[in-house]
Amino acid sequence: MSNLLTIKGLKIEGRSDETWTPIINGVDLELKKGEVLGLIGESGAGKSTIGLAAMGYTRDGVRISDGSVEFDGVDLVNASAALKRGLLGKRIAYVAQSAAASFNPAHKLIDQHTEGPVQHGVSSRSNSMEDGVELYRKLRLPNPDEIGFRYPHQVSGGQLQRAMTAMAMSCRPDLIIFDEPTTALDVTTQIEVLASIRQIVEEFDTAAIYITHDLAVVAQMADKIKVLLRGDEVEESDTRTMLSAPKEDYTKSLWAVREFKRPEKEAVPDGAVPVVSVRGVTAAYGTADVLHDVSFDIHAGRTVAVVGESGSGKSTTARCITGLLPPRKGEISFDGQVLPLDYRKRTKDQLRQAQMIYQMADTALNPRKTIGQIIGRPVEFYGGLKGTQRRERVNELLDQIELEPSQYYNRLPSELSGGQKQRVGIARALAAEPKFIICDEVTSALDQLVAEGILRLLADLQDKLGLSYMFITHDLATVKSIADEVVVMKDGIVVEQGPKTEMFSPPHHAYTDLLLSSVPEMDPDWLNDLLKERGVDNIGDAAVDKM
Amino acid sequence: MSGIMGFAIVLAALLLGAYVFRVAGQAVTKNAPTFRDMGFGVAFGYVLGAAILVWAIWYYFQPKVLETGVPNAGVVFFRWAVQGFIIAAVAAFLFRLLGRHVGTAGTRKLFRSMPLTASFGILVILIYAFVAVFAGAIAPYGQAEILGAANVVAGGDPALGGNPEYPLGTDQIGRDILSRLIFGAQNTVGIAFVTTCLAFFIGGSLGFLAATLQGWLDQLLSRGVDVLMAIPSLIFALLLMTIASVWANKLGIPLTIFMVLIIALIDSTRVYRLARAVGQSIVVMDYIEAAKLRGEGLGYLVFKEILPNAMAPLLAEFGLRFCFVFLMIAALSFLGVGIQPPLADWGTMVRDLAPFINFAAFAPTAAVAPLLAAGAIALLTVGVNFVVDWMLHKTSGLKE
Repeated sequence: MSNLLTIKGLKIEGRSDETWTPIINGVDLELKKGEVLGLIGESGAGKSTIGLAAMGYTRDGVRISDGSVEFDGVDLVNASAALKRGLLGKRIAYVAQSAAASFNPAHKLIDQHTEGPVQHGVSSRSNSMEDGVELYRKLRLPNPDEIGFRYPHQVSGGQLQRAMTAMAMSCRPDLIIFDEPTTALDVTTQIEVLASIRQIVEEFDTAAIYITHDLAVVAQMADKIKVLLRGDEVEESDTRTMLSAPKEDYTKSLWAVREFKRPEKEAVPDGAVPVVSVRGVTAAYGTADVLHDVSFDIHAGRTVAVVGESGSGKSTTARCITGLLPPRKGEISFDGQVLPLDYRKRTKDQLRQAQMIYQMADTALNPRKTIGQIIGRPVEFYGGLKGTQRRERVNELLDQIELEPSQYYNRLPSELSGGQKQRVGIARALAAEPKFIICDEVTSALDQLVAEGILRLLADLQDKLGLSYMFITHDLATVKSIADEVVVMKDGIVVEQGPKTEMFSPPHHAYTDLLLSSVPEMDPDWLNDLLKERGVDNIGDAAVDKM
Repeated sequence: MSGIMGFAIVLAALLLGAYVFRVAGQAVTKNAPTFRDMGFGVAFGYVLGAAILVWAIWYYFQPKVLETGVPNAGVVFFRWAVQGFIIAAVAAFLFRLLGRHVGTAGTRKLFRSMPLTASFGILVILIYAFVAVFAGAIAPYGQAEILGAANVVAGGDPALGGNPEYPLGTDQIGRDILSRLIFGAQNTVGIAFVTTCLAFFIGGSLGFLAATLQGWLDQLLSRGVDVLMAIPSLIFALLLMTIASVWANKLGIPLTIFMVLIIALIDSTRVYRLARAVGQSIVVMDYIEAAKLRGEGLGYLVFKEILPNAMAPLLAEFGLRFCFVFLMIAALSFLGVGIQPPLADWGTMVRDLAPFINFAAFAPTAAVAPLLAAGAIALLTVGVNFVVDWMLHKTSGLKE
């Protein structure tokens, strides 16, 4: 059988500072009809660029400098605009990472759905609308007859992502490019979208390129996997071979990320005073309660992971502890001493003891200040150090986070990579010499290898400095690797809590069980087995709704 | 009727030309992507542009004086415009070339990435600043000095009623226009600069304060600003100036000081709006939260955390606001309540010489008199806007 898509020696360049720098250095790719190829790699590996080039398209300031892209006998690199217009949307479709940003907020879903087929003359508007409802039904969207008449902001993120998949399917394309379609979703939402995408791709025998940085996801979706590193192909083979016997060191290191685990710690002695104690906290935004009677303790040198989906109240709990959102009821004590609920009423020393590391290092560091100023401020503010003393202390902190002081002291945050920025965020927290640090999704915006580095650093610092962490995350793999105790939250209520070993072995609370079972595993049969075991209507959000 | 017919014929010719242009292009370049994917509208644009260029060249070489002996004013002004444009472009190009080879590494890099419009704007601003500062030394005569001849025509050609001693002529009571233009730069630009700074100080600090503290203070200030903004600014300024002129007489304080305060107050409302909006988007950032949780005071938050991040939009606004203030002063002076005679001011000069514009049809050089001051205002406004556009472009990170 001939190839549907053949890419040969593809080279792509991007324009920066008046010169063209290579982004992709000669990548080959072949795809047959009905085949799914997984493209994985870190950010900056060129996954999305290749995905777009497969449609003969490049972003502004980027050009295809060499190589060919042939789709079903048509050379897309040299094709005329008119010819490409006839193919894109009709025979090649694209599903973007953020459905919310890709839908036009001013039009109803079904109107956007019918646009492609009508424009391409594939079908009439009324036929296309019927077909849309049919696709919504196949993708198991709730109320398929009516959901199309809503606006994008009226449906949830996971539903929107499925509506976008339906839209891509509207002309029954031969090839769909999925660019990280589930990266921004919760695990329970992700699993539904994955199941839907896979079902529909199989049913219509569509070829697909599935771009992601999550290995476990790609293992479920793809027939074969291509690993990329900085614009070069590392290796390619079929999914099972790739998972069981990766050849290259880089691929092995990607696989090994999931192995990081900390040794068990001894049990907390009875009667020990917890560093942080949250008692019966109820908090509200406006008049609506978002936290209900939340209680847990964090002991010295321990990590408590707070787990839950978005909207479960994890971050709100953190805001209550820091005093940004004074709780309506309950109390928060530190080393046995009750803290004022509002941060403005706390003393400087009380503020110093509890520090925070943020999810988005981009917004957590002032872009107009140098690294030296960012870390130096708390050193000066709390420690009163000035001049060379301050400089020495900042250097010491930079050493601790494994950044070379002489190189990084005078840089701006924009001159750092994502992982380095997150390290600076850690150093700023350490500069206050706290006992307790809240880590709010600190690794969720990072690539797996980089995230692992951050986790190891946090673990080392804990061992050295005896820090306590409250680790907010929705990623259970992270919990497994770093937590001592786990608190599971849902709708502002603590559903279950206890030591990690207990939490990860049955019996679970039904919700914990669902969360755990929704985390994709590296086994390519995992999704099939799960669907067989539970049935399509008992996974993900659908199951959450039934609780 | 013939006008409509002529228009229809030209349009048809252009449409046909566009079609031929595209087909010919495709044939000559053997279907290169530029011509292959060219829309009809784009082809029409090229042909239209070419047609306008041809017409402009033809018009430029028309005789300056009609056969009847009357000067062809349109051609005269058109030639001046084209010559002025070329001189400005060449000056901007040379200035940029100079900037690329002289100065520190930082400024050289800046000049390398600078478009021609921005270097023109910077050149204009520098010249104005220089003239304003050294007005007393540059100007050949005093600004209030009444010389012998009144209404001397610009150009310095005695045959046309000029005088080489007054290259730009004299006004209706015999003051040298060149000297008054130079002193006008000092008065008008200087006062506008001070006023804009004051407006930014008031509006900026209150705006950031409102954004940081929110709550009732924000409500109070914002609603107050809404009320002030609801009154048309020129009428409001006229009203306040009328009141101030009474006070100025009573208290013996120059009216100019009141004018600065009044315009600063009115313009600070616009600055407040911007500073508050920019501040609000910065205040929600995690680094502000981190600073608050550290226990930092209000002053540190506003001046050390928020201000550096708001600098780019504020600077851009400063350029625009400066133009508006400048035009407002000129407008007030034109209406007779701004900068008081005998101080030279461009707005007053335009008003005083305005009747001469009626001579444009038969004596272009005489009609220039009011346009000189108006041109000085226009040139600075354009220059500042070029620089502001460039800065906005740079800070927003847009690609061209």
